[in-house]
Amino acid sequence: MTEKLKHSKRDEDIFVKALAARRHHRLAPVVLLLLALLTTGGVYAALAPSTANAETVSTADIETGKKLFQANCATCHGANAEGRDGVPSLVGVGAAAVDFQVSTGRMPMQMNGPQARAKPAQFNEEQTAALAGYVASLGAGPAIPTDEQVDAELGDASNGMALFRTNCAMCHNAVGAGGALSEGKFAPALWETSERNIYQAMQTGPQSMPVFNDANITPEEKRDIVSFLVEQREGSAGGNALGALGPVSEGLWAFAIGLGLLIGAAVWIGAKSS
Amino acid sequence: MAQQQRPTAVGKAADYLDQRTTIGVLVKELARKVFPDHWTFMLGEIALFSFIVLIASGFFLTMFFDPSMALVRYEGEHPANMQGQLMSAAFHSTVEMSFEVRGGLLMRQIHHWSALIFVGSIVLHMFRIFFTGAFRKPREINYLVGLTMLILALAAGFTGYSLPDDVLSGNGLRIIDGVVKSIPVIGSFMSFIVFGGEFPGHHIIPRLFTLHIFVIPGLLLALIGLHLFLMVLQKHTQYPGAGRTDKNVVGYPAAPVYVAKMTGNFFIISGVLTLMGATMAINHVWNYGPYDPSPVSAGTQPDWYILFVDGALRLMPGPGWEWVIGGYTLSMNLLIPGMILPGILFTLLGAWPFLEARVTGDHREHHVLDRPRNRPVRTGVGVALLVAFVVCALAATNDLIATHFSLDIFAITWALRVLLVVGPLLAFWVTKRICLGLQRRDRELVLHGHESGRIVRFANGEYVEVHTPLEPEEVWLRTYHQAPRPLDIKPAMDARGVRRKGYKSDRRWQRLSQFFYEDRVEPATPAELAAAHSHGKHDELEAKTPATSGSAVRRRR
Repeated sequence: MTEKLKHSKRDEDIFVKALAARRHHRLAPVVLLLLALLTTGGVYAALAPSTANAETVSTADIETGKKLFQANCATCHGANAEGRDGVPSLVGVGAAAVDFQVSTGRMPMQMNGPQARAKPAQFNEEQTAALAGYVASLGAGPAIPTDEQVDAELGDASNGMALFRTNCAMCHNAVGAGGALSEGKFAPALWETSERNIYQAMQTGPQSMPVFNDANITPEEKRDIVSFLVEQREGSAGGNALGALGPVSEGLWAFAIGLGLLIGAAVWIGAKSS
Repeated sequence: MAQQQRPTAVGKAADYLDQRTTIGVLVKELARKVFPDHWTFMLGEIALFSFIVLIASGFFLTMFFDPSMALVRYEGEHPANMQGQLMSAAFHSTVEMSFEVRGGLLMRQIHHWSALIFVGSIVLHMFRIFFTGAFRKPREINYLVGLTMLILALAAGFTGYSLPDDVLSGNGLRIIDGVVKSIPVIGSFMSFIVFGGEFPGHHIIPRLFTLHIFVIPGLLLALIGLHLFLMVLQKHTQYPGAGRTDKNVVGYPAAPVYVAKMTGNFFIISGVLTLMGATMAINHVWNYGPYDPSPVSAGTQPDWYILFVDGALRLMPGPGWEWVIGGYTLSMNLLIPGMILPGILFTLLGAWPFLEARVTGDHREHHVLDRPRNRPVRTGVGVALLVAFVVCALAATNDLIATHFSLDIFAITWALRVLLVVGPLLAFWVTKRICLGLQRRDRELVLHGHESGRIVRFANGEYVEVHTPLEPEEVWLRTYHQAPRPLDIKPAMDARGVRRKGYKSDRRWQRLSQFFYEDRVEPATPAELAAAHSHGKHDELEAKTPATSGSAVRRRR
């Protein structure tokens, strides 16, 4: 993408020099108009959601992806991914959605239920990329984020915490330990979700999750959230986190371990004399 | 003693004190005081010693806690997710004492674990008191003192939970605010008084702090003194057993037996609490972040002892229960689970000793405890209350149950709603049946003895099974009690056929009494015992088989 920008910049320079020489030419307004169109188009091309990784996915891959799609996904999503009642159309969902659903094993779906559950992925990386490429070729949608975009090291965990608790914690729990939704649906725990998948989930809003687009939460802020969640995995100060589920698990352990030991001791002390 | 011992340093000091205070009399009296022994008598001790740990660790925490709601920015390095965040000084000092003060986090965790154990042991202690009838005369007042301490312990726990001013504690306060506002007429004024204006205001943390470190522990300390004083004065109750009556206490002297035991138990308790504080993380406020009224995260629950109120709120249906009367809103959906339900629970618990004495017509002193089976209705009601408490507490954890057992949260709510009504009734009925069954079994055992497994065949071909009679101690345990009968009341008309005043009230009490004692199993009387020992061909058998002399024999045809 950056290369494209540079390229259009160099074009621009040439145009500007040519214009400087003949700025009063009668065709100048036409050229200016063309220039304006070109700039707008260029900027749009650079900023608009692109068909993901168009450079890396070849036509052959897309063909492979199409075959995989027709063998594994078309039964529900339709031969051309157009969807049907209760099954979403995949035109325009983008490579990120496919990569999220397939790499976490949610798709192909194991069985009908309140929501598709994560399971060991059914396709390897190449196949997933091919599928993503094929679906991305059907219509523009969010691209798979780059490694830099999801690098927890580069994010600000403190800002991530503030964003997480405002936007995510009501379903996913304060530290991402997961939570319940209506009718058997749930927000999964995020302890083991990869950084890329966390980012993609925000981008594409899988299942009950809302979409947090780049206008809502910017890519940098998304990375901050990833950074906050990754930090939580390092465990907590002060001992075993007991599942980080809050007062309920604490109460349970207070009875199971604390009162268990103390009553055990009381029985022992009481038995010592009689 | 061959030679006079020289007074030791301790002896000299004790003598010095005694000459000035005559404390020796008290020590002599207390040291010889006899206490009965049983592990359940130590549940209250767990509460007492965890309270001491609470005071010690709480004292440490007050050195570093700043009960202020002033807005400050966190400049510390740890934890990373707090860097540069805006927060109240209360929250700031909580995080700072956890990461900057040596031993601060350990002390916080010990304090919090101790609080959970403190309330837990009080509740268990209360179960023991309730199920064994230790609240009966003369201990009704001490029972009320204990119940007051339970309520104060809940208040201490809740105020402490709210102090760090994190999102979790703020959510809790918001619920309290809602419940207070639901009180008719005075609700909104009360809320404004409590929070010093609109929630959350700037006053609540300092106010809770004063309550938490001064008022509540002060009251608790005074009541603990009263509780123990009354316990010593009235002497401790004892479990039934041979030789134990309402007129004696069978046990060991306070010194040296209980002094040693209690000291040991104190070290065990403080050791366990410290171990928990050192190895098990609790209430990491920086996970929730400084309080902000907008976010409520999944898994937001109070500490376990408030769960039942939270659960009742979650079970209460919302729509249709908020009535607008003459322009005033009456939120029954908050008032019933938040105020009325706990009110009923604590009123029932407080009234129980007096209620039970009234329907039993009992004015005697009791120092020997009941076996729970011998009071089927009391035990049944206790278990029913326990079931209701547990159902409500489970309802507060509905989201965790849903995720951990892959269940539908709405289905859980409905199941628990049904269970809240059916569960206690069913538990009462089942418990009462089990108690009556156990009593029948006791009676059977006393009258017929243990099955020995020996079958004896007589010369004429008749078989009998030999039963071993119970030891006197075993018989005592199963026959010492009296099965109370329903109240007798005077007839509705007096001798001259005039309607008696107060008959209706008497009749109502009698009905309640019948509910308590209509179904009962009388313990075996000495006459029945004697009859059982001599019925059938027993004498004949004894003559024939000297080895089984004294055995109760039941014929089997």
